[in-house]
Amino acid sequence: MLETLTDNWDLFVEAFRTTVLLLIVSGAISLVAGTLLGAMRVSPVPALRTAGTAYVTLLRNTPLTFVFFFVAFGFPRLDIRFSYFAFAVVALSAYTSAFVCEAVRSGINTVHVGQAEAARAIGMTFGQTLTQVVLPQALRAAVPPVMSVIIALAKNTTIASGFGVMEAGAIGATLNERGYPAFDAMIWVAVGFVIVVLPLSLTQRRLERAVVRSR
Amino acid sequence: MRMRRMAVLAIAGALALSACGKDSEEEDAGAAPAPSAATGVTLEGSPTFDKMTSRGSVVIGVKEDQPNLGYKDPTTGEYSGFDISVAKYIASKLGFGEDKIEFKAVPSANRETAIQGGQIDYYVGTYSITDKRKEQVSFAGPYFIAGQDLLVRKDDNSITGPDTLDGKTVCSVTGSTPLQRIRDEYKGAKTIEFQKYSQCVDQMLSGQVDAITTDDAILLGYAAQQPDELKVVGKPFSEEKYGVGLPKDDKVLRDKVNDVIEEMETSGEWQRIYDATLGQSGSTATPPPLERY
Repeated sequence: MLETLTDNWDLFVEAFRTTVLLLIVSGAISLVAGTLLGAMRVSPVPALRTAGTAYVTLLRNTPLTFVFFFVAFGFPRLDIRFSYFAFAVVALSAYTSAFVCEAVRSGINTVHVGQAEAARAIGMTFGQTLTQVVLPQALRAAVPPVMSVIIALAKNTTIASGFGVMEAGAIGATLNERGYPAFDAMIWVAVGFVIVVLPLSLTQRRLERAVVRSR
Repeated sequence: MRMRRMAVLAIAGALALSACGKDSEEEDAGAAPAPSAATGVTLEGSPTFDKMTSRGSVVIGVKEDQPNLGYKDPTTGEYSGFDISVAKYIASKLGFGEDKIEFKAVPSANRETAIQGGQIDYYVGTYSITDKRKEQVSFAGPYFIAGQDLLVRKDDNSITGPDTLDGKTVCSVTGSTPLQRIRDEYKGAKTIEFQKYSQCVDQMLSGQVDAITTDDAILLGYAAQQPDELKVVGKPFSEEKYGVGLPKDDKVLRDKVNDVIEEMETSGEWQRIYDATLGQSGSTATPPPLERY
């Protein structure tokens, strides 16, 4: 059991490093893109609202594997050539942004509409209202659902192993081929994911505490 | 008198019903290598065989995406290839005709689990015999020897062997031994993993990868499918002994399957199967010596 881990330590380290890298890069992109999308969906410009809604409807209702397939097999046909890591980042970010958007929007909905009206009444622009009044409060309420989305992203990264990226999702197959029992390998991969996700849960708790203090 | 005739008729009818598989085989025995089901096979002390007998059929794990080896026709659902023919031959000698075989596509990563869990009775699908795997399952054979090779685009003359892979992108199935070998021994190459060889072929045709690596037997099948686009380099740099995967502790069945393979090789049936499947790409081969244990 333990030797499955110790004999293949290099593989575990390499694979999980890629997983964490995927998580950090696509997580960061998703947070920014998702927040922008959320802003689009509540903006006073109908075209932006429609575009935001269409994006969320399309990406949130599509299986992630399909998004991956579209990117990893479709893009090369259109002569769009990146590394498979970049393809994976594109697929994961495109998908996760839709969920971040909805989490952020749910946060925005917790801010009383009177606040936005008050901000407008004292002459703030839409951008100012959003960035200085609504979003700071909205993001606080959005912390738990957004963290859930990011934790889901951490686990979704395993799909990249089927599309050219050697990460934690590929450990099972690799060890199996080396002749180690599949079950042991999976247990250690699961342990690895608990270790990756634990800091995210802790971050959520700290962020929530920070919110309580500032209110 | 009358009674006797009726009895004879009844017996004849019963025979015709029970042995119809055998009848049809005798008619086209010369044409296709469709072996007849042996009758009255008994294997004392083989739990796997007992299970097959009580089920009345045999469940064989195979590959479904390797042309000329183990391939499932997507339109008809028919399985064909060298491994499939070997699997059928073994089944027939165990007493199971073609209509008593259920093929189950099991990808490489799930082979041991499927054998240990009893989802399949035995496995025939480019399954390399290794000492490490013998800790989990057992092997009859080898019935074929393959070697790791490279599949490249037809117009690509820059890759002539594993030493020319510096800076090239090499694709294979996730975690597979050939890929691990490239990663360990030819560090200049960039490795890419997909779940199926057919996906690697797709990526190579769209220019994202430069070479695909695995056993030559598998690659030859893909080259034969698209001879205008793909070619095999043809310099094998490893030795893979294909065996029949069996439950670890079933020595009785393993010995029996070894006997069957030996008979298949000496009777010329092996050569016939080879010529009808893998040999179609123009390659030749001879059966390897058995490694009984």
